[in-house]
Amino acid sequence: MTKSLKGFNRRAVVKTGLASILATGVAPLVLSRGAYAQEYCNAPTGDSVTLGFNVPLTGPYADEGADEQRAFELAVEHLNGDGDGGMLPTYTPSVLTGQGVLGKKVAFVTGDTQTKADAARDSARRMIERDGAVMISGGSSSGVAIAVQGLCQEMGVIFMAALTHSNDTTGKDKKRYGFRHFFNAYQTGVAIAPSLAKAYGNDRVAYHLTADYTWGWTTEESMIASTEKLGWKTITPVRTPVGAGDFSQYITPVLNSGADVLILNHYGFDMVNSLTQAVQFGLKDKMVNGKQFEIVTPLVSDLMAKGAGAAMKGIYGTSNWDWQLPDAGSQAFTKSFGAKYGQPPSQAAHTAYVQTLLYADACERAGTFYPPEVIKQLEGFEFDGLGNGPTLYRAADHQCFKDVLVVQGKETPANPFDLLEHVDTASRESVTYDPAIFGGELGPDTAAMC
Amino acid sequence: MTMTAKTLFAMSRRDLITLVIFTLVVLAMPMWLSPLGAAYPGLMQKFAIYAIFALGFNILFGLTGYLSFGHAAFLGVGSYTAVWSFKLLSMDVIPAIIFAVILSGIFALAIGYLSLRRTGIYFSILTLAFAQMSYNLAYSVLTPITNGETSLQLNLRDPRVLDLAFAPRAPGLPSASLFGHTFSGLEAFYFCAVVLLIAFFIAQKIFSSPFGMMLRAIKSNQTRMNYAGFNTRSYAMTAFVISGMYAGLAGSLLAITDPLAGAERMQWTASGEVVLMTILGGVGTLIGPVIGAWLIKYFENIFSAFNDSALHHFFGFVPDGLREVVVAIRLQICWRRLAIDPRPAVRACRRVPARRDHGRGSAYSRPVRQWPDPATGHCFAPAGGGVTP
Repeated sequence: MTKSLKGFNRRAVVKTGLASILATGVAPLVLSRGAYAQEYCNAPTGDSVTLGFNVPLTGPYADEGADEQRAFELAVEHLNGDGDGGMLPTYTPSVLTGQGVLGKKVAFVTGDTQTKADAARDSARRMIERDGAVMISGGSSSGVAIAVQGLCQEMGVIFMAALTHSNDTTGKDKKRYGFRHFFNAYQTGVAIAPSLAKAYGNDRVAYHLTADYTWGWTTEESMIASTEKLGWKTITPVRTPVGAGDFSQYITPVLNSGADVLILNHYGFDMVNSLTQAVQFGLKDKMVNGKQFEIVTPLVSDLMAKGAGAAMKGIYGTSNWDWQLPDAGSQAFTKSFGAKYGQPPSQAAHTAYVQTLLYADACERAGTFYPPEVIKQLEGFEFDGLGNGPTLYRAADHQCFKDVLVVQGKETPANPFDLLEHVDTASRESVTYDPAIFGGELGPDTAAMC
Repeated sequence: MTMTAKTLFAMSRRDLITLVIFTLVVLAMPMWLSPLGAAYPGLMQKFAIYAIFALGFNILFGLTGYLSFGHAAFLGVGSYTAVWSFKLLSMDVIPAIIFAVILSGIFALAIGYLSLRRTGIYFSILTLAFAQMSYNLAYSVLTPITNGETSLQLNLRDPRVLDLAFAPRAPGLPSASLFGHTFSGLEAFYFCAVVLLIAFFIAQKIFSSPFGMMLRAIKSNQTRMNYAGFNTRSYAMTAFVISGMYAGLAGSLLAITDPLAGAERMQWTASGEVVLMTILGGVGTLIGPVIGAWLIKYFENIFSAFNDSALHHFFGFVPDGLREVVVAIRLQICWRRLAIDPRPAVRACRRVPARRDHGRGSAYSRPVRQWPDPATGHCFAPAGGGVTP
């Protein structure tokens, strides 16, 4: 110690010199590579990257969940270059190669959310903590999606929401790590109103039966806002528990209420049950206030139309996507899905597939799986060829903006899958809104260590 | 003073050995669980937490023989209280635990006061009724407190008066902390593990105390106890409240490891689960319910992760052609509907009561079993139910 204080000697100079070269030149390369690999949750290290698909396989939304899972598997297959490639060739601008993502083979793990927030978070934690998933996707209930989105924000894992339609997902509960391709209740309200006015007039009294959770609440709110703008009146809405099964006690009072339209803010088996029961109780055959009684289901899918069968005929609703759309992307996806599973994909399957592709593409463009960089690539991203026409991932709330389909249950289906008729399209401009109306904050994008 | 402290911590040799072994097993969980694929914080936290829940349940069921079917209600109350303590006061876990235990104790006192007037099956049904009532209230009337189906979560704009009095609001959602040290993952597991060990020690003391003996006597012959001049109800009541507090503690730990409280935690299936855990492990033994809790949580977790590829991997030893068959069968068992099937429609049909006289339109007959017609989708009753949609 005392020696070195006196002055320089050769050995000290050489040592210090080498050390400083290392420190300034080489070390940052070595260290930052190591740091980069460990700075965020589940940085993929081997020759594969794991994605986590969290879908309901039990509970009232199980059909949608099972279809989402099929789509996820198909997306992984296409990303790895197997199968016919689906929407990979139609998607623009895309840098996907069909050889995995960033040279890594895509692997996946799945979990059952049971359509419950608790179980969904457990299952997401398992996929993140044990299986090393670098991205979580899935949904089917907005309550579940919001709960999992919150968890993903905490853990620093990107959440690509699949089927979730509540305004809150990208509104009051939006998160920096959460992204939604699916449309929302507000857009449903705006899109369906002109068709309702045309078909049922401007002088109607609506009765709402609403699933009692975030999705039901925001759908009810959006439907009331847009129908009252038409001049309709609203009778105090009735909330029903999710998974109620039997809705007869809620449907019986409808006829004596003076309402001439029943709006069913239900989804999945709940909607299948409530709609079937409402039709069986003869609601659609009644005349009230001198008008034919009508039923409206704001959000419908082929799976539900299939479940409801004849009850669905002539009923208006909105969809994010339909397998009969003529564009190249939709056709390629339907063909590839049909070839593998023997049935056309539902809108839930479509959004699940698209979200997986969008995430993979964002990673390719970012050149890393590092979440803050991937988030930057997704925010404000404008793309096309994925079945919905030109689409924008808005940076302010991570909501996708694209056309919304208005559909009606077909009177005479040509085949068992031809259940919904595409009657109108609400343009992307008409369903765009100011992100400030729902409040909420995205929060920081700092990487977390799980 | 020293005398009381000595008696407080005095244990029989046997109990001491059990405690030491139990401590080693719990603390070494990350090691011995890793070959089983369960050594990740999320699941190990659940192991520790549900072990506390089952321990507490066993103090009531194992000792007094009162089978409560509504213990999930206390778990839920504990969770909600802890999350509210995070939201309103501070992210520190100590107040959260204290409030959760106290509130669930008070809640147990109220439910116990009413339910313990009956024994046997009547007691079980009463507790089940109260728990379902709490669950349904949490879903409907109490949504301002519980946030219903959407579940109670932390928010960026929460008041957190104690925290914000000392430090400015940091960006992002905060996580639980102990005296200013935030923890998550493995640290949170060790925190739960230490709480479990304390809870286990207290349970041991209760089991070996005269009070525990009194509870066992209630189980063996309550009538004789009453004739002998003991007021058994106050003992049973104490046991009920203690086990309710254990459940509240478990509930608060659930909220600490994952700050979200959903009403599903209070559902009867959750109450049934703890009964299963206790019975599976062995009623009335100390270690039994803990092992039962671990087994159930482990299998619940493993089965939920099963999918096609996992099964292929699992049945890797079976020859190729046969494996497809085995996997297909297992998947059918695991998930009720992997393929779209007409079951929802069948169910919807079955639920609609058959309408008999269209003229009056008020009388509904007993539901007739109905099926959807594959061609039209209409419901029909094959045995001449005569129903038109």
